[in-house]
Amino acid sequence: MWLLEQADAVAALPEILLAVLSLVLLMYGVFRKGDASDGVTIGALIALGLAALLVIGGGEGKALAFHGAFVVDTFARLMKVLALFGSAVAIALSVHFMRRDGSQRFEYPILILLATVGMMMMISANNLIALYMGLELQSLSLYVLAAINRDSARASEAGLKYFVLGALSSGMLLYGSSLVYGFTGSTAFPQIAESLTAHGAGVGLVFGLVFIIAGLAFKISAVPFHMWTPDVYEGAPTPVTAFFAAAPKVAAMALLIRVMVSAFGNVVPDWQQILIFVAIASMALGSFAAIGQNNIKRLLAYSSIGNMGYALVGLAAGTPEGVQGTVVYMMIYMIMTLGTFACVLAMRRRGHMVEEISDLAGLARNNKGLAFVFAMLMFSLAGIPPLAGFFGKYFVFLAAVKSGLYLLSVIGVVTSVIGAYYYLRIVKIIYFDEPAERFDAMDGEVRLVAYASGAFTVLFVLFANPLIELAAQAAKSLY
Amino acid sequence: MSSWPILSVVTFLPLLGVLFILLMRGEDETALRNIRWGALWTTIVTFLISLFIWAGFDNNATEFQFREHANWLGGAATYRMGVDGISMPFVILTTFLMPICILASWHVTKRVKEYMIAFLVLETLMIGVFCALDMVLFYLFFEAGLIPMFLIIGIWGGPRRVYASFKFFLYTLLGSVLMLLAIIYMYWTSGTTDIAVLLANPAFTPEAQKWLWLAFFASFAVKMPMWPVHTWLPDAHVEAPTAGSVILAAILLKMGGYGFLRFSLPMFPDASVYFQSFVYTLSIIAIIYTSLVALMQEDMKKLIAYSSVAHMGFVTMGIFSLNRQGIDGAMFQMISHGLVSGALFLCVGVIYDRMHTREIAAYGGLVSRMPLYAFTFMVFTMANVGLPGTSGFVGEFLSMMGAFKSNTWVAFFAAFGVILSAAYALWLYRRVVFGKLEKTTLMHLPDMTPRELMTLAPLIVLTIFFGVYPAPILDIFGASVESLIKPLNEAAAAAQALALASLK
Repeated sequence: MWLLEQADAVAALPEILLAVLSLVLLMYGVFRKGDASDGVTIGALIALGLAALLVIGGGEGKALAFHGAFVVDTFARLMKVLALFGSAVAIALSVHFMRRDGSQRFEYPILILLATVGMMMMISANNLIALYMGLELQSLSLYVLAAINRDSARASEAGLKYFVLGALSSGMLLYGSSLVYGFTGSTAFPQIAESLTAHGAGVGLVFGLVFIIAGLAFKISAVPFHMWTPDVYEGAPTPVTAFFAAAPKVAAMALLIRVMVSAFGNVVPDWQQILIFVAIASMALGSFAAIGQNNIKRLLAYSSIGNMGYALVGLAAGTPEGVQGTVVYMMIYMIMTLGTFACVLAMRRRGHMVEEISDLAGLARNNKGLAFVFAMLMFSLAGIPPLAGFFGKYFVFLAAVKSGLYLLSVIGVVTSVIGAYYYLRIVKIIYFDEPAERFDAMDGEVRLVAYASGAFTVLFVLFANPLIELAAQAAKSLY
Repeated sequence: MSSWPILSVVTFLPLLGVLFILLMRGEDETALRNIRWGALWTTIVTFLISLFIWAGFDNNATEFQFREHANWLGGAATYRMGVDGISMPFVILTTFLMPICILASWHVTKRVKEYMIAFLVLETLMIGVFCALDMVLFYLFFEAGLIPMFLIIGIWGGPRRVYASFKFFLYTLLGSVLMLLAIIYMYWTSGTTDIAVLLANPAFTPEAQKWLWLAFFASFAVKMPMWPVHTWLPDAHVEAPTAGSVILAAILLKMGGYGFLRFSLPMFPDASVYFQSFVYTLSIIAIIYTSLVALMQEDMKKLIAYSSVAHMGFVTMGIFSLNRQGIDGAMFQMISHGLVSGALFLCVGVIYDRMHTREIAAYGGLVSRMPLYAFTFMVFTMANVGLPGTSGFVGEFLSMMGAFKSNTWVAFFAAFGVILSAAYALWLYRRVVFGKLEKTTLMHLPDMTPRELMTLAPLIVLTIFFGVYPAPILDIFGASVESLIKPLNEAAAAAQALALASLK
């Protein structure tokens, strides 16, 4: 503790613990003879749990570390717990998959742990340099994860594509950061905000802002920086895709929120117009492009692009309500996504994964439980009440209408109807079509995640209030 | 009034039945029988309990009764339930028709468990729509109904069921999402989603009212359905299983009319006056055009579906006459249409189950083999035409009277609809029931079974009873309608004063 206090790092205790534990697990994996992946997996889950406990038990209010470069507030705590939860579920989902695949490696959980450390740093970043460090730690881990199945040409291609495009976006982000630094004289968010209050935003700064948003939009796969998403989602092993779609999206969205609100909170109109465009483009592309997909993972890639568009609708409002809406949206989105990918993981025949949506035909006859969960998740993603997905959309549009963004709202709801078409198509295949061959029995952890997520989706309407209150507090802590 | 939350009980009781059915294991005869009886008893008990609402209902009160209140989403939405004279009849109509629908589905053998669950869930959602006193809660029930109906059409429907179910879902969803935005806007301007508060104090500027009115119109016009957004209805009706058609025609369509009366008229009175002639135009087109289309149909269900659109044209015309007679007529017409169109679909179901075709040309001369059926079908055909002495007459007459009072030309054109409805309904009846029994396939048709009779008998009794003595229903919503038109009259007077002032 003394050491931490000297280093001004007390608030970063969960991150430090997680980093240390992942290194310990790495040592264990390297030096243990034989297959260490089971032990490392369990260790990783415990490490994530401990970190989550530390985050939750870390006290109330706002705490700074590293001379203000790192901030912990209610918003950060909530988003970190979400990210930790998403990572833990992603690890759990992979256990049987990797073993069956023969591709189990003890590096896999460790890479997820490192990515999670990166995410937590992103969520708490209060400085452009801290932001970049967190982002890179996360991204580099993700590049490797995408290609973890190195014997598969598709996975390697996915990893390489992701890396090249990701490096490009990091470059843009850095360039934007340097412009912002140049025009405001600081990399710390509070100082940037002060400088903007004093001098306003010039053209140069707006350029920097655009580049920063472009870099971050790449990470949340918002249009027009989405091109990598379908290929990577399809190419990566399914549990890895589940991981990509959940926790990193939450972290990147949290980062985007924090940068926009705490650093550029005084120049809302400047970034609002960019976000409105990005949101509209994402929602539209997400709904239209998904219609033609036949591979379930590609379809979900477009679905996640569209979902990011909806989440951005809240942020584009530029108000505490908007941030609350986005936080609620991300919370619900993450749980639905994990559930959906658990369902995709259950699509296995005679030991092989199948990924065409036509493979789901008549699932309602063969496996009623799974079919019901899958259908509810699809309706929920389409935003039909009383399922959870509706409330996510409700709260972002609540904020958008309050800020007077009527056109954005109307486009948003109309694209949600278009998007409903392809979600319905899946329900149709599950419920209306003649049954195809049965799927293999579900693994325990996959079943648990799918059913828990289904229960959350259906029952959210009953216990919505505490979660929404939580999101409101998180949003308030940013303002 | 009553101390226990009767509305919530009635709304969510069917879910208990769902739970019971979920616990049934196996696919054998016993299990199927238990599932069917479980569903039937659930709906019957729900109906009996809902009668307490009627019994305890105060006809003279204009405010909401049996109100309930519970915390739900913090400020953004609250769980509020309550009924007034406009919503209460629909609650009873729903609970009354559900046991009939279950009975009518007795012979369904395909995935019985899911079927019954879908219907019971749908019942909860439909009752919820009429009981909700919070706009978000209303929207929730309103939209959620799409899911079970989508599955009902898609799983148990006819050959083009996929197309029909998608069309139904997407059409209705597109209409509704705009209403959601309007609800959000109203929340931010008025600070509440409480329907009772908004009704008492609808303070929206005339300009905002027009946009809000249009957003709500988009949703209700599709649901109603009004020309030209009615095209989903014939498809959905034709493909849906019998009980699905009954629910669709009898209750789901009424949500549109209910929505106009609950939201559009009282909350946006200026806009309602402003758009009156617009709605009149659409209603007249609906009445005449869809009646002509109905004349040309070769599919029985499609014919009845188009006649539903025409009858809903009378309802919208009555509602937007914005006077007491018209709205009374529209309300009555909705209740009556709920009974009559539901019964007509049941009638089609009776012969469809025997012959597995809905082609009008496949039938003829049924009267000599099925006299009981011929009588039943005749009663409902007459009610559909609006023959005096049946419930169909009262509603049509009152709504035309209301229209006449506000605009004679509208009533003049609507009268053609009455003539045309006689033409297509009687012609259908003649082609199916009369004539010579020549087709060999029809030679051995048995008459209605006791079960079929049981489903239709209560509807016959009510259709004739309310046709002769409509007072019990008219009294229920009299006071509520009276209080509904007060702000409308003021708005109309204001609009007229403005028009006069601009003339000077």
